[in-house]
Amino acid sequence: MIEFNDVVKSYSVGNRALKGVSMQIQDGEFAFLVGRSGSGKSTIMKLITGELKPTSGTIHVNGYSLNRIRKREIPYLRRTVGTVFQDFRLIENKTVYDNVAFVMRAIGAREREIRERVPYVLELVGLDTKTRRHPSELSGGEQQRLAIARALVNNPSTIIADEPTGNLDAERAEEIMSLLMEINNLGTTMLVVTHARELVERFQKRVIAIEDGLIISDGMDRYYSNEDK
Amino acid sequence: MKINNIGYLLKEGIRGIFLHGFRSFVAVFITVASLIVVGVFACLTYNVSLIIQDLNKTNEVLVFVDETYTDAEARSVGTLINKVENVHKATFVSREEALEDFIADHGGSEAFVGVDANPLRHRYVVQLQDNSQITKTVAQLERVKGVAKISAAYELAEGFTTLQNVLQVVSVMVTGILLIVSLLMISNTVKLAMYDRKDEIFIMKMVGATNNFIRMPYVVEGFILGMTSAALALGLLWVLYDWMLAQLSVVDTMQLLDFVPFDQLLVPMSITFGGAGLLVGVTGGGASIRKFMNV
Repeated sequence: MIEFNDVVKSYSVGNRALKGVSMQIQDGEFAFLVGRSGSGKSTIMKLITGELKPTSGTIHVNGYSLNRIRKREIPYLRRTVGTVFQDFRLIENKTVYDNVAFVMRAIGAREREIRERVPYVLELVGLDTKTRRHPSELSGGEQQRLAIARALVNNPSTIIADEPTGNLDAERAEEIMSLLMEINNLGTTMLVVTHARELVERFQKRVIAIEDGLIISDGMDRYYSNEDK
Repeated sequence: MKINNIGYLLKEGIRGIFLHGFRSFVAVFITVASLIVVGVFACLTYNVSLIIQDLNKTNEVLVFVDETYTDAEARSVGTLINKVENVHKATFVSREEALEDFIADHGGSEAFVGVDANPLRHRYVVQLQDNSQITKTVAQLERVKGVAKISAAYELAEGFTTLQNVLQVVSVMVTGILLIVSLLMISNTVKLAMYDRKDEIFIMKMVGATNNFIRMPYVVEGFILGMTSAALALGLLWVLYDWMLAQLSVVDTMQLLDFVPFDQLLVPMSITFGGAGLLVGVTGGGASIRKFMNV
């Protein structure tokens, strides 16, 4: 579960990225986080992964209190949160298989577990026939599916995806969104940050809209920014 | 860190070395060169110290006994001299022995035959433990009852001490500077390797790898670079040292000086080079990663 209570985040005096955000995302839920550039979406993502600490307010993520979390506990928090980036962030000199396997090694998984789990996850995202390819040999959609496989392989309870369709055409974007839905159906909490209004409206899920550091709407309805009203 | 990761971490460390072969080669080359210079200074300082110690033994203080003392009284002064702090050994030389030495020093010239030893004094040849304390020791010897006069080569003793001190200071400075240069080189090599892999490190941080897990391949890389440099430097220094001894052995004046064979220096040198390699490698490798861990 992700829980924000009156969270304020200031980067410097007078520059408040978040001005009192409160929200709760339950286990197994799917939510979109939408807003313009500079609205505070990235700050929320970084707070969830422990890259930043809140200036005030409380944050709880998967049982960790991020106000009191110690530096050495952050790796263990991150093992519960898979991250998907807009620019994929794949390792070019590693094969598809190794891009996924290395994150299991990074948390100390045994080779036998890796040999069992990686093919399963690659099959889930439809890349089981391309295990020996390198990222540069994959299409944009395939690269993002590989990034999702990497986020998924350590079996996190939550996945946060930062503009996962930002670099893809409409058809590939829909494929990726469908894949994220499928993973959510398997029980993984999903928070997707996106600009893609058409996709948000099409998938009919909870939408948290943020503007200028404040949540302006939160629900199943279509979201509105101040300019839309 | 789990045992099943060790193979992976070692493999990654070794991979890092070959991934940036030229940089690794440059780091090893500079570290080897630095260690050899350090080693040459260490060998030189050690040999000079031994030579100075030998020379110190020949740098003696002559303590003349009051001429009114009988033979027995003169011999008893030795007990008091030996009690003086910093006196290593006091050897009694009677006036007759002193005359014999004098005649021998002058080629046993017949001009001295029949000369009476009485104008000479009984004396003690005193060796000091630490020649740098010669002034203080002479002052103490002057207060010993029965001592009439003292003859000491202050300048020679102080010269030896100064030479030894200068060598030690220069040696420590050169060692310090070169170790820092080596450390920076290895640190820079590892830092560049890490810069190339910063995305990989970022991903590792984001999926929950601990700092130790991320750091370890770079520490392994630094360790291997440092220890390889130490082993190469030791081997090359050995060859260089033996070659230098061979060259010196044919120079007549140098044959008077005793140089220690490298076998005797091998253990301390191995420990020093191994320690330096470990320090330079592990510190250089470990320290360079800090900046990239801040995610």
